[in-house]
Amino acid sequence: MGLFSTLLTFRGGIHPPTCKERTNHGHIEVAPPPSRVIIPVAQHIGAPADVVVKKKEQVKRGQVIATAKGFVSAPIHASISGTVKEIGPAYSATGQWVECVTIESDGADAWLDGLLVDRPDYLELPPAELREIIHQAGIVGLGGATFPSHVKLAPPAEKPIHTVILNGVECEPYLTADHLLMLERGAEVIAGLRLIMRVVGAKEGVIGIEANKPDAIRHLQELTHGDPALRVAALQVKYPQGGEKQLIYAVTKREVPSGGLPMDLGIVMNNVGTAVAMVRACRYGEPLTERVTTVTGAGIANPRNFLARIGTPFGELVELCGGFTGTMGTVINGGPMMGIAVPSLDVPIIKGTSGILVLAKEELPPHDYEACIRCGMCVRGCPVQLVPSALSDYGETRMLESLESYHIFDCIECGSCSYVCPSKRPIVQFIRYGKREILAERQKKRDRQAARAAAAKTPEVAA
Amino acid sequence: MADESTPTPPPEPPTAGAPTPPVGAQQAAPPATGDGAPPAAAERPGAKKRAAKEGAAAADTEKEEKKKKKGPPKKELILVASSSPHVVSDESIPRIMYTVCLALAPAILVAVYCFGLQAVKVLALTSAACLVTEAGLQRLMGRRLTVTDGSALVTGLLLAMTLPPSAPWWICLLGGALAIGVGKQLFGGLAHNPFNPALIARVILLISWPVELTTWMKPGQGFVNLGVDVVTAASPLGLMKEELIQKGSIQVVSQFPLRDGLLGLNQIGSLGETSVIALLLGGLFLLYRGYITWHIPVSYIATVGAVAALFWGIDPGHFAPPLYHLVTGGLFLGALYMATDMVTCPVTNRGMLIFGMGCGILTYFIRTFGAYPEGVSFAIVIMNGAVPLIERWVRPRTYGHNLSAA
Repeated sequence: MGLFSTLLTFRGGIHPPTCKERTNHGHIEVAPPPSRVIIPVAQHIGAPADVVVKKKEQVKRGQVIATAKGFVSAPIHASISGTVKEIGPAYSATGQWVECVTIESDGADAWLDGLLVDRPDYLELPPAELREIIHQAGIVGLGGATFPSHVKLAPPAEKPIHTVILNGVECEPYLTADHLLMLERGAEVIAGLRLIMRVVGAKEGVIGIEANKPDAIRHLQELTHGDPALRVAALQVKYPQGGEKQLIYAVTKREVPSGGLPMDLGIVMNNVGTAVAMVRACRYGEPLTERVTTVTGAGIANPRNFLARIGTPFGELVELCGGFTGTMGTVINGGPMMGIAVPSLDVPIIKGTSGILVLAKEELPPHDYEACIRCGMCVRGCPVQLVPSALSDYGETRMLESLESYHIFDCIECGSCSYVCPSKRPIVQFIRYGKREILAERQKKRDRQAARAAAAKTPEVAA
Repeated sequence: MADESTPTPPPEPPTAGAPTPPVGAQQAAPPATGDGAPPAAAERPGAKKRAAKEGAAAADTEKEEKKKKKGPPKKELILVASSSPHVVSDESIPRIMYTVCLALAPAILVAVYCFGLQAVKVLALTSAACLVTEAGLQRLMGRRLTVTDGSALVTGLLLAMTLPPSAPWWICLLGGALAIGVGKQLFGGLAHNPFNPALIARVILLISWPVELTTWMKPGQGFVNLGVDVVTAASPLGLMKEELIQKGSIQVVSQFPLRDGLLGLNQIGSLGETSVIALLLGGLFLLYRGYITWHIPVSYIATVGAVAALFWGIDPGHFAPPLYHLVTGGLFLGALYMATDMVTCPVTNRGMLIFGMGCGILTYFIRTFGAYPEGVSFAIVIMNGAVPLIERWVRPRTYGHNLSAA
């Protein structure tokens, strides 16, 4: 077929079963507002937000309950109306123990007065104002990385942006939230693309979609038809096609410099869900209080896609899907390759929860691993051309300098190496360990230098 | 679990104001690896390695703390909180090893067709010796028994393929014991051996018992005669060397039928030096399965061809033509199955190309100018030793690095 020869892709990568057929049809169902939401104040990369509500305070949906602290941060909003029951630490879906605001519903599910507007001409607003609306709406990258969006939309003047790429690849197995979003809310996706192009002043807009979603490709092609600035890029089905660096390479054949950002190439990339959230904020004044998420896996009775409120406990959505089946193994926030295993079913949906995946015990990787037999499958699979076999050995033996010489910080932790490893080595885990140890050593060195500098400054006091 | 390590506190321990216990759920493990949590091994309870210890200890402490605080949970739901990825492929070491055995099947069949019971004897004895040595040494050293993972069998079969069909029984047994004992377990077992175990054994045997290792029998004799009264003959490379030494020029080459080399049904040599076509079949299968890549076989064989062509071009009366070098001796066996041994070859594509070229140059020079008629074993073992150097020298260009070179 001619189609496949023209599909774009990156170097390396793997082919895990996509497992999307359970949920890639039907509709996004609106989950009923839960009776109780648990909203962590750290749902994004950057500084956690500051809680601004008190216990027993009445809040409305869309009301700010925690404000952004600093530039790289995002405010947090109440996702239902009700009473603040509890402010204190709890497990978030990232597995971290963080400050959370628990709100008990009053049943009214009322928006904050005067919050909602209708601005059909929102594209006429100056970019700075749009950016501020997006910031105040608490929008972060909904693909899972949760980087505050307004930061991405504020490139420095010396780095002009020419291209905006929307990421509709959804290469994580099992997940179908972005797929259905593109099908059901394609117009908003396109509007979001135009909005981002307007904010950053880009001339070109590209939507990247993996070829296993032909209906979404067709739909968005129809919607962009006639606009020469916009196009849909069909991509080879390969993991991690939706990685930022991989998608940029696939679309532009250029590489983001190591340690750099897409804006260094004049590119801004956003997830399709983020784009829709931006449109909701700019046009209707809606802050980010809900997201589309896929509840799926062999351990789920009736897998489906939900539009669910931020803060909904995992357990409640699982119940809506008919509960668990089989022997329970792992419950994951996100997909199987990069998602985070949660410690309990009480953890809430957060802004980055692209899916809830329940894997049966039999599906889990074995605990034991063997020595590296140097088969090279990880080397061929690595989408950033590292030598994972070496990193895994050096991580296991804590050889930090060797880890750095093998570019450990370029690892995107996509999990391709661990996936293909015949020795079942937890390669990504060794790499994470290595990164942490190197950072800790650097910090120690800085501390020592600071202490020495301080000692040099203060005159010796005779003991 | 890692109870011998000092328990470290969890990254962010629950404070006094902790919320009510999760309904119907129990904290089974510490937070999975985000940026904050230890990347370690409570996530993989079976792991005993260093990276694993601290996290496991943290998990224990945390669990105890929870129990103290909340009492036992009413309904127990144990969630596994491991580090991503949460799914893995079904590749495994046994699968790779038995696939290699399967890939050797065509060449083994040709060997049995040519040399009959003699071939079966050599194959069976070396394989048995390898398996017994592996199991025995692992038992002796108190290591986990991994004799069923297929790697010892691969070594046994490959060693057999390098031996003459008339090899005496004690050579076979000794070879198998040397391969696993000296070539593999001495270094720590599978994945720790710097040299190809089968070739280490062959090289030791060749140096120590050159007569037994270079006495060949003509194909078609081994069906009835088991080891006695075989009519011996010289291998093509042996003939070439002899002629070169005695006459200073070669004639045998012009008489050698190329068809024999490709089909191998009438070829004189080791078990695995018979049919290029059968070896290729298995090699293509391994290539298709992704267990070898084209880099080493192609660069190895092409280098031998190129160097041979160069010398032949200089003096055709003194040097054999390239095709003669390609289809005789153990080149295809070595290039497809020995040099591509995962453990002892480079992992990167460019490294593999260099490795193959090195093997090719050494093979040709040993064949043509060395004391031995065949150089494949020596060449690969020498290049095995160069692998750490090659890997230090050539690394893939990581995404986003040296962009001017991209």
